[in-house]
Amino acid sequence: MIEYALAFAASCYGIALLLDLWRIAVGPDAADRILALDTMVINIIALLVLYGIWRGTAIYFEPAMLIAMVGFVSTVAYCRFLLRGDIIE
Amino acid sequence: MDDGGPLLFLIALAPFIGALLPGLMIRAGRTVCAISTAVPTVIALTMLMVLAPAVLRGEVIQAEVDWLPQLGLSASFFLDGLGLLFASMILGVGLLITLYARFYLSGEDPMGQFYTYLLLFQGAMLGIVISDNILLLLVFWELTSLSSFLLIGYWKHLPEGRQGARMALAVTGAGGLAMIGGMLILGNIAGSYNLTDILQAGDAIRSSEWYLPALILILLGAFTKSAQFPFHFWLPHAMAAPTPVSAYLHSATMVKAGVFLMARMWPVLSGTDAWFYIVATTGLVTMVLGALIALFKDDLKALLAFSTVSHLGLLTMLLGFGTQAAAVAAVFHIINHLTFKAALFMTAGIVDHETHTRDIKRLGGLRHLMPITFLIGTVAALSMAGIPLFNGFLSKEMMLEEASHTDWFSSPYAVPVMATIGALLSVAYSFRFVSHVFLGPVRDDYPHKPHDPPFGMWAAPALLVVLVIVIGVAPFLAEGIVTAAASAVTGADLHPHLKIWHGVTPALWMSVIAVVGGAVLLALHGPLDKIWAAAPRPEAKAIFDRLMAAIVALSRGITEIGHNGAISRYLAIFTAASVGLGWVAYASSGLSAPTRGLLPVEPVIAVGWIMLVVATVSVVVMHHHRFRALVLLGIIGLSISAGFAYLSAPDLALTQISVETVTIMLLLLALHFMPKLTPRESPTGLKFRDAVIALGAGGGVGALAYAFMMRDIETISDYHVANSYEGGGGTNVVNVILVDFRGYDTFGEIIVLGIAGLVIYALMHALLDGPAARRLKNTDFSQDRSRDRHPLMMVVVTRVLMPIALVVGLYIFLRGHNEPGGGFVAGLVVAIALLMQYMASGFAWTQERKRIEYHTMIGLGVVIAGLTGVGSWLSGSPFLTSAYTYVHLPPIEEFELATAMLFDLGVFLTVLGAVMLMLYSLSRIARFAGATVNEGPMDYDPGLKDEQEAER
Repeated sequence: MIEYALAFAASCYGIALLLDLWRIAVGPDAADRILALDTMVINIIALLVLYGIWRGTAIYFEPAMLIAMVGFVSTVAYCRFLLRGDIIE
Repeated sequence: MDDGGPLLFLIALAPFIGALLPGLMIRAGRTVCAISTAVPTVIALTMLMVLAPAVLRGEVIQAEVDWLPQLGLSASFFLDGLGLLFASMILGVGLLITLYARFYLSGEDPMGQFYTYLLLFQGAMLGIVISDNILLLLVFWELTSLSSFLLIGYWKHLPEGRQGARMALAVTGAGGLAMIGGMLILGNIAGSYNLTDILQAGDAIRSSEWYLPALILILLGAFTKSAQFPFHFWLPHAMAAPTPVSAYLHSATMVKAGVFLMARMWPVLSGTDAWFYIVATTGLVTMVLGALIALFKDDLKALLAFSTVSHLGLLTMLLGFGTQAAAVAAVFHIINHLTFKAALFMTAGIVDHETHTRDIKRLGGLRHLMPITFLIGTVAALSMAGIPLFNGFLSKEMMLEEASHTDWFSSPYAVPVMATIGALLSVAYSFRFVSHVFLGPVRDDYPHKPHDPPFGMWAAPALLVVLVIVIGVAPFLAEGIVTAAASAVTGADLHPHLKIWHGVTPALWMSVIAVVGGAVLLALHGPLDKIWAAAPRPEAKAIFDRLMAAIVALSRGITEIGHNGAISRYLAIFTAASVGLGWVAYASSGLSAPTRGLLPVEPVIAVGWIMLVVATVSVVVMHHHRFRALVLLGIIGLSISAGFAYLSAPDLALTQISVETVTIMLLLLALHFMPKLTPRESPTGLKFRDAVIALGAGGGVGALAYAFMMRDIETISDYHVANSYEGGGGTNVVNVILVDFRGYDTFGEIIVLGIAGLVIYALMHALLDGPAARRLKNTDFSQDRSRDRHPLMMVVVTRVLMPIALVVGLYIFLRGHNEPGGGFVAGLVVAIALLMQYMASGFAWTQERKRIEYHTMIGLGVVIAGLTGVGSWLSGSPFLTSAYTYVHLPPIEEFELATAMLFDLGVFLTVLGAVMLMLYSLSRIARFAGATVNEGPMDYDPGLKDEQEAER
C-alpha cells in the first residue's frame, strides 16, 4: 500500500516541479519567478523525504532539513534585491 | 676549527629576526624603535668580535647545514679575514647609521618601516660576505637588490625616489641575473657550489674553455652592483634616498658588494690577461670619469655619489692589477674609503637637514655657523683628497705606487698618467666640497638658518672621522685586519707593513702633482664649469628610460598575443585544447568494451533532468538579463544538490546547497553595483565559434562520464574505503579524505581560500573610488522600492533562526568525522546564519556586534590547521598524520577524539572568515557609495510606537 501512496505523492511533486519550471520560464514578473523557485525548493525537500521513506533510511532526512533551513535564505535575498536593490544595507 | 659555527649562524640570522622588531616597537616611540634596531646589530657585532681573534690568527670558521642537497645548495657560512672585514664594516656602520637616522628622519617619516628595511638589508649584505655556498650567496645578492629597492624608494611620495629605486633594481637585478649564469658555470667547472672548494679549483677554472663566459657574466654582476662604467649611472639617481641610506648602501656596503665579489673570486679568476684588461681598464675609466663628473656636480650628494663611483673604480682597478701588493692596497682602501665617505655623506645630510638645500651654489661660509660640521667635513674631505696624516693618503699612495709600475698594452705611461689625473680630479672635488660649502663669506640667503645639529646626529660621523685620523697617523693599528683580509683575498700568507713615509718615490711625486693640480683646477672652477655646462653630454636617465620603454613595449607585444585581457579568448583556447587532448587520447588508445548495462530512469528523476537541461539552456539564452540568469542558476544549484543526495553523496549535497546559497548572495551583492544587463558584444561569427567549442566540450565531458559509468574500473576509492577507519579514525570516508588522506591538499586549499577572501577585500577597497561606486551613486532607486528596509517579520525570524542554525552548524561540525558533515559545511552554515542577520538588520547594526575581525579568523584557521599538522612531528610522524583516541566522560556516552577534528576546526574558521570577508567587502561598497545606515535592529521601534499610540 505504502508503495502506491509513495508513487502517487512522488508523481504529484514531480508534476509540481514541472509547473514551477513553466512559471519560471514564462514569468511574467520577477516575483512570480522567485516564488516558483521557492516552491521548487519545497517540492525537492518533499521528494527527498519521500525517497528516504521508500528506501527506509534516515540519511536523506538531513539534506532535506538543511535545504529547508537555508533554502529560504536565497529567496529572501532575491526578494530583497528586487525590493531594495541591495541585500545588505 | 669549527668552534664558532653556531655563532656564525646566529650572526647571519640576527638581523633578519631583528627586522621583526622595529615595525612593532615604533609604537613605543622613535627612540625605542631605534634602540630595538640597534640590539640585533649589537648582538651580531658582539658575536663577531668573539670570533675575530681566531680569524685574525688566520683560522677560518665554518658552519654548514644541508638545505637542498639535490641542488648543491647548503646553508653554509664561513668567516675568514675578508668576511670579517666586511662583516664588521656592515655591522659597525649599520650601528652608526641607526643612530644617525634616529635624528635625521622627521616625525612624518614611517620610522618603523625604515629600520625594518635597514635590518633586512643588513642581513642580506651580511649573508653575502659570510656565505660559503655560491647559490646561497646569490640568494643574498638578490636580497640586497630588493631591500635596497625598498630603501631607495623609501620616500614614496618623491617621483625621483621611485624612479631611482626602479633604476637601481633594474640595473643591479639584471647584473644579478648575469651573475647567476656565471656562478653556475663556475660551480660546474669546480664540481661544487661551495666557495671553499671553488677557491681550491683556480687552475682548473682558469684553464677551462668556459672561463671567459663565466668571467664576463660574474663581472657583469659585480660591475652593475659596484656602479662601474658603463653601469655607473644608477648610483647618482639612487641618491634620492634618505641620506642615511646613501651613507650606508652607497658608500659603505652595497656598492662594495661587487668589489667584495671580485676580491672573493680573486684567487680563482685573476692572473689572466682577460682579467687584467677587463677589470683594470674598467676600473681606471670609471675612476677618471667618475671624478671628472663629480667635480662639476652642484648637488652635494651627487658630488659624493660620483666620487664614490670614482673610488669604486679605483678599487676595481687595484683588484684588476692582479698583484698581491695591489690587493693589499685595495683592502686598505676599502677601510679608508668607508670611514671618510660615510662621514662625508652624513655631513652632507647634516648640511641638507640644517640649511634645507644641497645645492653647492647656494651654500658657503658655513664654517662660522656650523663649526662642528665644518671640522668633521673638512677632515673627511682632506682624507678623500689624499692629504698626509689622514688615512686616504696612505692607500692612495699605495695605489699610485702600484699604478706607477703597471704596463697597459706595453705602454708604461698610460696607467700612471691616468691614475694621476684621477687623483688630481679627486683632490679638486674634495677641495671644492670644503671651500664651496664651508669657506667663503657667510651668506644671508640660506633657505633655512643653519646651526650645528644635536649631538646624536654628529656623533656618528665624528666617530668615523676619529678613525680617519687614528689610521692616518698610526696605520700599523689597522695592520691586523688588513693582513687577515688581504691574505684571504690572495690566498697567500702576506705580512704587509703600513706606514706613512715610503721615501721619495714616484708615487710621492704623483701625489704632489695631484694636490697642486687639484688646487689649480679648483681655482679655475668658475670658467671650467661654464664650459662643462655648455658641452654636450649623453643623459643616462633619458637613455635608460628609452631602453626600458622599448623593452616594456616588446614584452607587452609578446604577452598580448596570448593574454589580451579577454576571458572569452582564454576560455576558448583552454577549452579547445582540453577537448583536443581528450580526443587525441581517445583516438590513440580507444576504449574497452562496456561491462555494465544501463539502469532504468525513474519518471521523477527524469523531471529533475528536464529541470537541469531547461535551466542550463535558458541561462545560455537569457544570460544578458543578469537577474533572471541568477534565478535560473538557483534551479541548477537546487537540482544538483538534490541529485547528489539522491545518488548517495549526502556530504556533497550538504556542501552544494550551502555553497549555492552563499554564491547566490555574493552574486546578488555584486549585481547591486554592476549593470543589470550584459551588453551584446560578440559578433555572430565569434558566437558560432564559441558555440562549437562549448558543444564539443560539453559533449566530450558527457561522453567521458558515460564511458566511465559503463565500465568497472579500479579506482583509488577502494583504498580510501578500506583504510578510512584504520588510518584516519573516521567512518565518513569523504571527511577522512579531506582531513587525512589528502590533508595536505586541504591545507593548501584553505590557504588559497583565505587569500581569495583577502584579495577580494583589497580589490573592493580599490573599487570604492572606481566606476562601480560612481554608478551606484547615480542610480535612481526611487521606483519599485519597498520603504521598509528592515521588515519586522524578517528581523524576528532571523533572530530566532540564529541559535538553531548555530547548533546545526556545531552538530554538523562535531559529527563530521564519522557521518556526513565536517568543518567546511559547518563553516558555510554558520556563515549563512550570520548573513541572515546582516540582511535583516543591516550592515552597521550587525557589524557593531561582531567581536572578531574576519581577517583574524582566516589567520587563526590557517594557523590552527598548520599547528595540527606540525603537531604530528612531535610523535615523529610526517606532517598531518592523524591520531585518535576514545574518551569516556561519565554523563555522556563514550566518544572519539581525533586530531583531525582540530584540523577541521582550522578549516571551519578559515571558511567562515573567508566567506564573511567576501560578503563584507562586497556589501561595504554600497555604504561608501553614500547609503545611510541604521544603528538599531529596525528602522523604527515597534515598542515605542505602541507607547506613543497609548499616550494618544
